[in-house]
Amino acid sequence: MTAPLEFTDAARERAVEILSRYPAEYKKSAVVPLLHLAQEEWGYISPEAMACVAGLIDCSPVKVAEIATFYPMFNKEPVGENVLAVCHTLPCALTGCAGIFDHLSERLGIGLGETTEDGRFTLRKSECLAACDRGPVLLVNRRLHTHLTPDKVDEIIDGLEEG
Amino acid sequence: MAAALEILTADPTAGADPGDIDAYIAGGGYGAVRKALKSMSQAELIEEINASGIKGRGGAGFSTGMKWNLCADRYPRYLCANADESEPGSFKDRLLLETKPHQIVEGMIITCYALGINLGYIYIRGEFFQIIDQMEAALEDARKHGFLGADILDTGFDLELYVHPGAGAYICGEETGLIESLEGNRPYPRLKPPYFPAAIGLWGQPTIVNNVETMAQIATIVDMGAEAYKEIGSEEDTTGPRLFGLCGHVKNPGIYEYDSGVTLRELIYDAAGGIRDDNRLKGVIPGGISAPILTPEEIDTPMGFGALGKLGSMGGTGGIIVMDETTSMVDALLNASSFAAHESCGQCTPCREGVPWMNDILRRIQNGKGREEDLDLLLDICKQIHGHTVCVFGQAPGVWPVRTILVKYWPEFRACIERKELVVLPVDESYLRPDQYEHIPPLPGNFRLKAEEADAAG
Repeated sequence: MTAPLEFTDAARERAVEILSRYPAEYKKSAVVPLLHLAQEEWGYISPEAMACVAGLIDCSPVKVAEIATFYPMFNKEPVGENVLAVCHTLPCALTGCAGIFDHLSERLGIGLGETTEDGRFTLRKSECLAACDRGPVLLVNRRLHTHLTPDKVDEIIDGLEEG
Repeated sequence: MAAALEILTADPTAGADPGDIDAYIAGGGYGAVRKALKSMSQAELIEEINASGIKGRGGAGFSTGMKWNLCADRYPRYLCANADESEPGSFKDRLLLETKPHQIVEGMIITCYALGINLGYIYIRGEFFQIIDQMEAALEDARKHGFLGADILDTGFDLELYVHPGAGAYICGEETGLIESLEGNRPYPRLKPPYFPAAIGLWGQPTIVNNVETMAQIATIVDMGAEAYKEIGSEEDTTGPRLFGLCGHVKNPGIYEYDSGVTLRELIYDAAGGIRDDNRLKGVIPGGISAPILTPEEIDTPMGFGALGKLGSMGGTGGIIVMDETTSMVDALLNASSFAAHESCGQCTPCREGVPWMNDILRRIQNGKGREEDLDLLLDICKQIHGHTVCVFGQAPGVWPVRTILVKYWPEFRACIERKELVVLPVDESYLRPDQYEHIPPLPGNFRLKAEEADAAG
């Protein structure tokens, strides 16, 4: 049996608030928001994190695993400090997202799904981010960047490297 | 040229932060909630929405009034506002969420009041981090101002609304997939019947699932009155203003607001300024990736749900993807198919296996390794998926793009196979005219190519 991770007090408070949004008899509804919270805490969803969430919604860890493994946004293993997701769906493809992805890949020296050796960056592709009029677009952690050019991408990476 | 509208695209906070509730109220905001709760009965409100003639803006174009009327007479009932906007080419909900969070909240409050709902959720896709933060703040502000919580505006009506985030799965935009997701299950869509949400929805109770644009429009209808609202557009094509999103190879991509009588040509060439570099148009997808493609000869169509349906396409989400003469239709279809292969939820075998299989075939055609029998094989797989799955995903983004892009741009696909390389044909040679694809076997279902329509008729 995997020992569950423990939330910090601040995260626990947020977990209680999240649970309060659903009728008490349907706690399981909170599983996705709680997994987001767990990912903010620990960067990815380990079996121990699943056990933590399971404890909060009174179900078995395997039930949480079934959910966590379905959704692309939940990391199943550790990722870089910054996760970069280049939209590659049709409208962005028409505006040149392939060049943006290649530029990032070359600059960072990593391919699709890989993380730089120093653990700073993970490079991904994303399906449509619903900003098709502003393509090509890139999601950097929680923030959307639009109208990308290779120069603009360099500025973003420079900023993250300095920060 | 039809006149541009400024109803949904008006700026309700006059330049202030869109989340600023005081600025919103100063500009007349929450007036629709006051009007509905203070001066209209539930029955009057439902009648008002019925009379407005609005069709839902989620993509299927189903009558909102009818959806409400189908709500089973059991309580509690729930509301789910669908903000899981993920259909490639669609970005109108993002605009509304970014610029009009409070109008969406207003629509949700009015809907709940009309239907006797005391608990609702707005399901926002997980990648919309900034939008989720802004909506959480908007709900909190609405609560502080007495528009949510107990005894709203001293009417005795109680309501709580919360944000529920998704986590990157397109299938959660399907209404029963959304409900499964909200219940904490894998979002596998449910079989309809019996699981129509209005009969058996969230936690087994009657549930209204409406798109967020529909929610914003509800506030507009109450504001302007059904009589004035239905003067815009037409019953068949949908009344009220529509948001058309133009993207791809146009000079000025963005959201443009018109009634549904505007033509596709006007949107591309007048509203969005025409094709980049003044290139020639090759094809246009008129309502999100699932909507069957139209050739340059078909763009004089009005953009209504009814008009596009007659052409064998659909109004969908109003997200318009424009492709110019430099576009390889094989590349474009491969991209659409990769999306569908990635997003198939895996519940039904025909979709789980068939959609990625079509993707493999298209990839080999792109690589110059297409086989003689591949195009017929693709059509055959389409036929095996279509109508054989629990939800419409298998056919909407799964089959329709393959079926319609392949059939209409048959010469370009043939050329890639014959020449064993990726070929981009000149526009005029790249596509067939309707009388040229009559030999292609028809599919069952609502969305037919013109030739299939003729076939079915006679």
